[in-house]
Amino acid sequence: MTPIAAGSALDVARAVRGGERTARSVTEAALEAIAAREPELHAFLHVAADEARVAADAVDDALRAGRDPGPLAGVPVALKDNLCTRGIPTTCASKILEGWRPPYDATVVVRLREAGAIVVGKTNLDEFAMGSSTENSCKGPTYHPIDPTRVPGGSSGGSAAAVGAGLVPLALGSDTGGSVRQPAALCGTVGMKPTYGLVSRYGLVAFASSLDQIGPFAGSVADAALLLEVIAGHDPLDSTSLDHPVPQVGRSLDAGVEGMRVGLVDELVNDIAPDVARRVREAAEELAKAGAVVEEIAVPEMRLGLSAYYLIAPAEASSNLARYDGVRYGLRVEAPDVAAMNVATRTAGFGPEVKRRIMLGTYALSAGYYDAYYGKAQRARTLIVRALDRAYERFDVLLGATAPSTAFAVGERTADPLTMYMSDVCTIPSNLAGHPAMSVPFGIGDDGLPVGVQVLAPALGEERMFQVAAALERAAGARWR
Amino acid sequence: MTEPPSLGRDDVAHVARLARLALGEDELETFTNQLARVIEHARDVAALDVEGVPPTTHALPVCNVLRADDPRPGLDHEEVLAAAPATEDGRFKVPRIVGEAP
Repeated sequence: MTPIAAGSALDVARAVRGGERTARSVTEAALEAIAAREPELHAFLHVAADEARVAADAVDDALRAGRDPGPLAGVPVALKDNLCTRGIPTTCASKILEGWRPPYDATVVVRLREAGAIVVGKTNLDEFAMGSSTENSCKGPTYHPIDPTRVPGGSSGGSAAAVGAGLVPLALGSDTGGSVRQPAALCGTVGMKPTYGLVSRYGLVAFASSLDQIGPFAGSVADAALLLEVIAGHDPLDSTSLDHPVPQVGRSLDAGVEGMRVGLVDELVNDIAPDVARRVREAAEELAKAGAVVEEIAVPEMRLGLSAYYLIAPAEASSNLARYDGVRYGLRVEAPDVAAMNVATRTAGFGPEVKRRIMLGTYALSAGYYDAYYGKAQRARTLIVRALDRAYERFDVLLGATAPSTAFAVGERTADPLTMYMSDVCTIPSNLAGHPAMSVPFGIGDDGLPVGVQVLAPALGEERMFQVAAALERAAGARWR
Repeated sequence: MTEPPSLGRDDVAHVARLARLALGEDELETFTNQLARVIEHARDVAALDVEGVPPTTHALPVCNVLRADDPRPGLDHEEVLAAAPATEDGRFKVPRIVGEAP
């Protein structure tokens, strides 16, 4: 894996701001790296080379004029293709949005540009972010950056692979049930889901609105902190956006974990692949060695997460995806009347997994089943939130695996949707609770592929979470580098 | 407690109609098998005794968010219409509506 454009986002921004490198040269290096690896990875659905060059030149012009382009000056960033970019195709890896060019930018895209970042392209994903392997893309899968016979995870697999392969130092994904953290773990990058409402969802194509959050991928905890601080913050365009000061996640990275109370969650260590479980226990030992107070804790309500999630998320999706009706944008398959046109368009435009989720959600919400399934799932969600609240009375952060195994083989889990859904079992509880969580690379599994350890925190507990993540990163560095 | 309902072929055909999706016979069979397994798994949630537990619809408490009703520019009319499959006289154009089946 050759590093991009060389080095971390912090290094790139420092070099560009200091006049040692131009944003243009960094951008060209990233575009070359992408061109070289794309044939085997298929991480991108669209490379916005022209727009990236224009943006890089603007950063260089600003510097020459004596203005500071911002904390991400000249840093190439890749965006999951469910983030709206004005004039640049945004497809959600769905035939139903093929060729669509949004008339506006997502808030996170505006904030990236204002910080001097260079958007180099749009990355592959499971259609509408529904999946755990990036195999549900209408454009074909993304492949793992270390072993091309494996999946990169999903749904933000393109962003994970792009950062994992060193094509870009930073990328954004969206995390509804683990879609940033799980591919980050599988590809050996840092990946983080913020507290619900910390990052504006304006311009993120909606999947399950009560769960969706945009989050960063990065090669290091410090880079993830840098990116989070740029994209976080109140946005009047998203009514669920929190009007709360942004946690300053970058300032405590070196503070250590002395006295920190860490709960090792039984449910996130047991019943997973033994090689992954071993790494999680080693991570807990490292934190204890560094002075944290580590104890085991059972949170049995977490076991309800998978079922609750796969009722709630599809229910919300079935409503959100009603908008794809062939009227205002995207695909239309002509038919003699509107209802027939809707059916023809949706039948041709959605892939099988999206259809499954829409039908599952419609079922869970329909007369006769609402109380038995959707209503129960929402109450199960309450039980999970309460259990986590109790856990955080005893602990500052919780620790567990991010994914139940390392990267699995392409095609291995496509036959049975439920088997694929199990890939999200460790990440779902944080989405249901609206809590932040992040994955940090911590060694490799028996197959030589990366393992991710997950740090979970209560709402707006990002600062401590990053502090612990940074300690794990240092420990991993000391053990294996 | 009554047994949670299971999902069968007729249910899938019904929800596909509600969701405006057309399914072939083979697809109906495959989707029924796959979705039945997911619903079967969801019995752990469906079987819960959650008497007195309130539902969580939203992760963090939010109240109604209001803003001043000030006029502001919206999206560019032409740019929005340019994305539509069909337009006429500055409006979205759709096939016949009146007379369609419900």
